[in-house]
Formats: sequence, C-alpha cells, structure tokens
Amino acid sequence: MVPLSYYVILSAIVFVIGLAGVLIRRNIVIILLSIELMLNAANINFVAFSHYAETIVGQVFVFFVMTVAAAEVTVGLAIVIALYRRRATLNVEELTLLKW
Amino acid sequence: MIPQASMITSADLTAVLPELIISVGACLLLLVDLVLPKPARDWLAYLSLVILAAAGAATLQLATAQAEAFGGLFILDPYSSYFKLLLYLATGLTILLSIRYIQIERIHLGEYYAFLLFSTSGLMMMVSSGDLITIFLGLELASVSLYILAGLNRHELRPIEASAKYFVLGSLSAAIFLYGMSLLFGATGTTHLSTAAAALAHGQGDPVLVMAMIFLLVGFGFKVAVVPFHMWTPDVYEGAPTSVTAYMSVAVKAATFAVFLRVFLEVFGSIKPQWTGWLIGLSVATMVLGNLAAIVQQNIKRMLAYSSIAHAGYAMIGLIVGGELGTMSLMLYMAIYVLMNLGAFGVVILMRRAGVMGEQISDLSGLAKEHPAAALAMLIFMFSLAGIPPTAGFVAKFYLFMAAVDAGLVWLAVAGVLLSAVSAYYYLRVVMVMYMKEPAGPIELAWSPSAVAALVIVVAATVIIGLYPAPLVGYTQDAILHLSNLR
Repeated sequence: MVPLSYYVILSAIVFVIGLAGVLIRRNIVIILLSIELMLNAANINFVAFSHYAETIVGQVFVFFVMTVAAAEVTVGLAIVIALYRRRATLNVEELTLLKW
Repeated sequence: MIPQASMITSADLTAVLPELIISVGACLLLLVDLVLPKPARDWLAYLSLVILAAAGAATLQLATAQAEAFGGLFILDPYSSYFKLLLYLATGLTILLSIRYIQIERIHLGEYYAFLLFSTSGLMMMVSSGDLITIFLGLELASVSLYILAGLNRHELRPIEASAKYFVLGSLSAAIFLYGMSLLFGATGTTHLSTAAAALAHGQGDPVLVMAMIFLLVGFGFKVAVVPFHMWTPDVYEGAPTSVTAYMSVAVKAATFAVFLRVFLEVFGSIKPQWTGWLIGLSVATMVLGNLAAIVQQNIKRMLAYSSIAHAGYAMIGLIVGGELGTMSLMLYMAIYVLMNLGAFGVVILMRRAGVMGEQISDLSGLAKEHPAAALAMLIFMFSLAGIPPTAGFVAKFYLFMAAVDAGLVWLAVAGVLLSAVSAYYYLRVVMVMYMKEPAGPIELAWSPSAVAALVIVVAATVIIGLYPAPLVGYTQDAILHLSNLR
C-alpha cells in the first residue's frame, strides 16, 4: 500500500507549482490553468485523506469542487474573452488602468 | 458528517426556506426578464424586493429557531438569522440605490438583479454552514456571481479590468482556502465543523493543523480584505459599477466575518493562543495601512475602498477578543458598518450622471450649496465612519474597543482609537470639500424616489442607532446565547 505521505507530498508539489504559476506567469489563461492545478492539489488531499480515514466525505467533497471549478472556469473564460475583445491583450501587466 | 440514508425531511426544507425563496426567486427573475418588455424592467427591481421581503418574513419566523438540517451541513441558529436579516437589508438597499444608476450605466439588465440574489443566497448559505462543504459552495456561489456583476458593463474599459483582477485574485484565494480545508479534513477526518472542533479539543500544535489554520486565514483574509491580502480591493472597488461596489463592500464582508468567526472560534477555539498573535498582527497592519493609504486618495471610491480595508481591521478586534463580548461587538459593528458604508456609496451613486463620472473627491465641491440634503446625508455617513458621536459609528467602535480593553488588550484598543483619529482626517476632508469649497459649476444629482427612500432609511438608522443603541445591542446579545463552544 502506498503510504499517505506520498500523496500529501505530491499534492503539496502540485499546489506549489500552481501557486508559482499564478505569481510568475503573466498570461491570464496560464494563470487560470495554474489556479485549476491548485484546486486539484486540494482534491488529491481530499481523496487521499478520505481513503486513509475510511470515510466517503472527502470524495464527495471532490465532486463538489470539480463542479464549482467548472462553473468558475466558465465565468473566468467569459471574462477573459470580454477582456481580450476590449483590450487585445492577455498580459496582466498591461492591465494598469486601475493603479495598484 | 453526511447521513448514510440521506432522507430529506420537511424539517430540513423549512430550515432552508429563506435560501430556497431567494434562489428560486433569482431563477424566476431570469425567466420573467425574458418575457418582460424592455421599458418595464423596473418591475424586476420591485419583484426582487418582494422576493427579499418574503425571505425576510421566513427568516423572522425562524429567527429564534435552533436546528441542524441535512445532517449538520446546514445550521439554523439566531446567529445566522441575524446575519441573514443584515444581508436582506444590504441587498434591498443596494437594489433601491441601483434602479436609476444602472440605467445611467446602461447595464439595466434582468441578470443584474438575478445575480445579486444568487450572490445573496450564496452568502446566506455561508453564514448558515455547519460544514466545510457548504462554506465552500456558498463562498463560490457568491464570488462567481460577483465576478460577473463587477464586469457586467463589459463594453467599458475599467469594469472589465476590475472583473478580471477580481476573478484572478478571488479564485486564487478560493484555491488557497480549499487547500486549507483539505488539510483540516486530513487533521480531523471530518468536514463537519462541530465534529472537527471536538476532534481538536485535545490536539495541541499538530503541524498539519497549524498549516490548515494559516491557509484558511489567508482565504478569509482575501475575502474580507485585510492587509497583506487587500491589494485587489481598491482596484476592484474603483472599477466595478458603484452599486456593485457598495454591495461587495458590505454584504460580502459581513457574511465572511460571520463564518470567519464561526470557524475560528468554534473549530480552532482550542488552539486560540496560537492564532491570536497572527490576527493581532494582521489587524494592526490593516488598520495602519488602510487608514494611511486612504489619506492620499483623490477618487472617492478608492478612498472608501481603503476605508473599508481599515474597517476590516477594526472588526478583527472582535474576533481576536472572542467570547460573548467579542462576538457581540463584531455583530454590532457589521450591522452598523453595512448601514453607513452603503449610505456613503449611495451618495456617490447619486453623483453619477450621464457623461459625468462624479467619482473624484473634488467633484463634491460645494455640494452643500447646491444640494444641502445630500451633503447633510454624506456628512452623517462620514462622521459615522470616523466614529464621531452621536452617530452609529461611535457606538460600533465603542463596543469593539471596550471588548478589547475588557480582554486586557488595552494597547490594541489604543491603536484602534488613534487610527480612528487618523481616519477622521480623510473623512472630514470630504465634509470640508462639500461645505467650504465653491461649486465649480452646477451639480445635478441623479435623484430617484427609490434612492431617496434608501438614503432616508440609512440616515435614520445611522442616527437612531447612534442615539439609542439598546435594541440592536440587546438583539445581538440574544442572538449569541445559543452559540456553542464560544471561546
């Protein structure tokens, strides 16, 4: 049997890759993909913990997360398309109309 | 814990009746919008007010009820009912303020009202959640609706940029939040809040638990906009339509604080010494940065954004104190903050005319000469936000700082008072501009009967609560009687 720690480490690695992607990459579509990675890192945790704790709750949670992620990405892509039509750029560094 | 044989009983459905009314009502709005001719769209606003009133009546019926529904996924208690009533108030006032404004902004669409209600139902689910699943679902339902609302005016440059920034940072925070939930699930083996609290009652300093707490803190921090997770707030508040900004700044903050408090005081209550230090640091940083950054703002929406960041810092004192006094003062603070902040944004909404943004503080020059009533209303809101007696803002801050002193955090209360004095500078600058500057030209305000009604309600409430706070204070005290594991 694969030890639980392997899954947790895998999930931590996926999470960090996602977070680094959000912070480093400038293309908003890549940022969207990185956020999906972060959500999936949480999903790995839920399924692994759920399996080892012998309860179904974590796996149920994953279905909810997948549904929500799909809804979120739909809205996100719609926003990205509207942004691209209006500004002809996907680079977040060029979104400087509202100053930080 | 999810029940093995998930039978939905009528008791479950009664408990979620307000949420059902709001979400079914929102779907109804979308359908009615299809058959309604364009000039009659105002009726959608009135219909949404009727839906809110119906949900309000249902919540009042359940106001003292104490029950768990759907196997503990959903908690109905006076604490959540209090916040739901607050959410109806915030949504209803937002709709009243919006009717004329969204015509001027040319976003007078049926979806506007439907998404407002969807977002409200998400926030309601959040304040009533007894399980991590419902917290996550409620949070996302509210957030996704708000991403859309922020960018509803998609032909303009600023709203779509605001919407994109809000979406990226909002979903980033949701992902961090979810990761924290997964770690909490790993540490306790359950997603149910009270079971998790029981599992943690004896656990000390488990590193996974501390990690979970930090991730959840970051997630909540993003949503209520505390420093250093506040950077999206000024941009989004400035770029989004003002009515949506008003709604975001009050409803989301109030509901998130409600669940923030439930999670931290109930679940992490047993390890409270480990997180109070973090929260005190965040609270002080938030008060300092929010107030100082607000001073230099020229755009009133940005100034109010930084002011709302500062208010999140004050409100966190309630969470740090915890216990009955802290919870009560946080609930009181949120109610009063909802009123005065909506009022301030309401006057900004009036300033928007066709072709005139009216968002600079200098645009308010001489408002008192041209429109004394609007200037007086703004003066009351600014005094209240600064916490000057006899307005409601003073009562709110008084209870909060008193709670801090009572808990032995005298220096935190002193810091809060000193920074409130700093905040008076930028609030009173608005008053000075309105009363002591000459108008640059004639100022026309976008008056409408509904906006007047909303402003009258808010002004009256701000003054009356300031003079006679006893009923509201008594209500908050009753509402927390049944909260379990309050620390």
